[in-house]
Amino acid sequence: MAIAEQQTSPQVTQGSSDKSWHGIVLQTLKRNEISLIPYVPDRVLTPLIKNLHADPFFTTFATAREEEAVGIVSGAWMGGRRGAVLMQTSGFATLANVLASLAVPYQIPLIMFVSERGTLGEFNYGQSLVCRTMRPVLDSLALEHHTITRLDELEFIADRSIKQAVTTQAPVALILNPLLTGGKTFDK
Amino acid sequence: MDTRNTKVMNRFDVTSRLIAKLKHEEAVIGGIGNTNFDLWAAGHRPQNFYMLGSMGLAFPIALGVALAQPDRRVFALEGDGSLLMQLGALSTIATLKPKNLIMIVMDNGIYQITGAQPTPAAGIADIVAIAAGSGLANSTWAADEEDFERLVEKAMSASEPSLIAVRIDDKPGVGATRRDPVQIRERFMHGLGVREPL
Repeated sequence: MAIAEQQTSPQVTQGSSDKSWHGIVLQTLKRNEISLIPYVPDRVLTPLIKNLHADPFFTTFATAREEEAVGIVSGAWMGGRRGAVLMQTSGFATLANVLASLAVPYQIPLIMFVSERGTLGEFNYGQSLVCRTMRPVLDSLALEHHTITRLDELEFIADRSIKQAVTTQAPVALILNPLLTGGKTFDK
Repeated sequence: MDTRNTKVMNRFDVTSRLIAKLKHEEAVIGGIGNTNFDLWAAGHRPQNFYMLGSMGLAFPIALGVALAQPDRRVFALEGDGSLLMQLGALSTIATLKPKNLIMIVMDNGIYQITGAQPTPAAGIADIVAIAAGSGLANSTWAADEEDFERLVEKAMSASEPSLIAVRIDDKPGVGATRRDPVQIRERFMHGLGVREPL
């Protein structure tokens, strides 16, 4: 962690307070006292992950698998600390079991940020198929989810969704669409 | 397996010995199946958390509790089959080095609750070697019951995460956990001082 923090330039840190999508996500997490951020990386999430590492408010670290991260933030919630999990669409696809056997039945406000691959110019057929499994899984578990496409709606949706998750003790998935983030481009 | 100088112990007996050592409201996370049946049978405590699914997540859940409450010792009881599902968690824990986390692996080489089928690692893989190779230097096989108790005591004042592996027999769990997930979570949060009862 310390190494990653050292490698982050001051400009990147400064960028966390601006009105970029990742700056808004970071500030919204902070305002809602969400300080534990396990993640499995994604190209598009890179600036957010860098800035979270650079900010000592957050405990940010990579996990080997998304369900591991869900277990960690679930345990942390029960211990009195709030967390959120960052992942890519394909990572979400590994979560059906842990959502249905931990987060939902135990009523844990699991907050998930999912970088959306597989849509709007996707070049990897595997990614586009995996993406189509995500909303049916969320719907079948009656999980709250929002797809965020607009910068001007991001703060409202993220802030309100986090507050709703905490107060209703229910998981929420915030899907970061390429219209918001720019997505991954086909430049290999 | 037979080359190891470790006695085959009993999970309920070992779990009861662990619970008897707890004096400071330590948290204990029970993995799915027999591991948490025996935790329940060893005597329910509000600081116990019982998993009803999500096989393999006892250590990650315990890690979350340990990160949220660094002043409380947190134990996790996991079966060998469950651990195989989430070996990557060992490296995550080794990287974060939560000194208050103590992992206990109950290894009988079988998926006991589903009909005692051998795990793919049975007789081949060494859990302590895997843990050490994952970066958890403080990982040890318990030679016998006395050694287990000694290792638990040592872990309770260690300054790095500990993993204790125990060879166990194929006896089924003694109790059966009540299966109300919301009640389990709420009681656990009361036990950790996060919530007040209504």
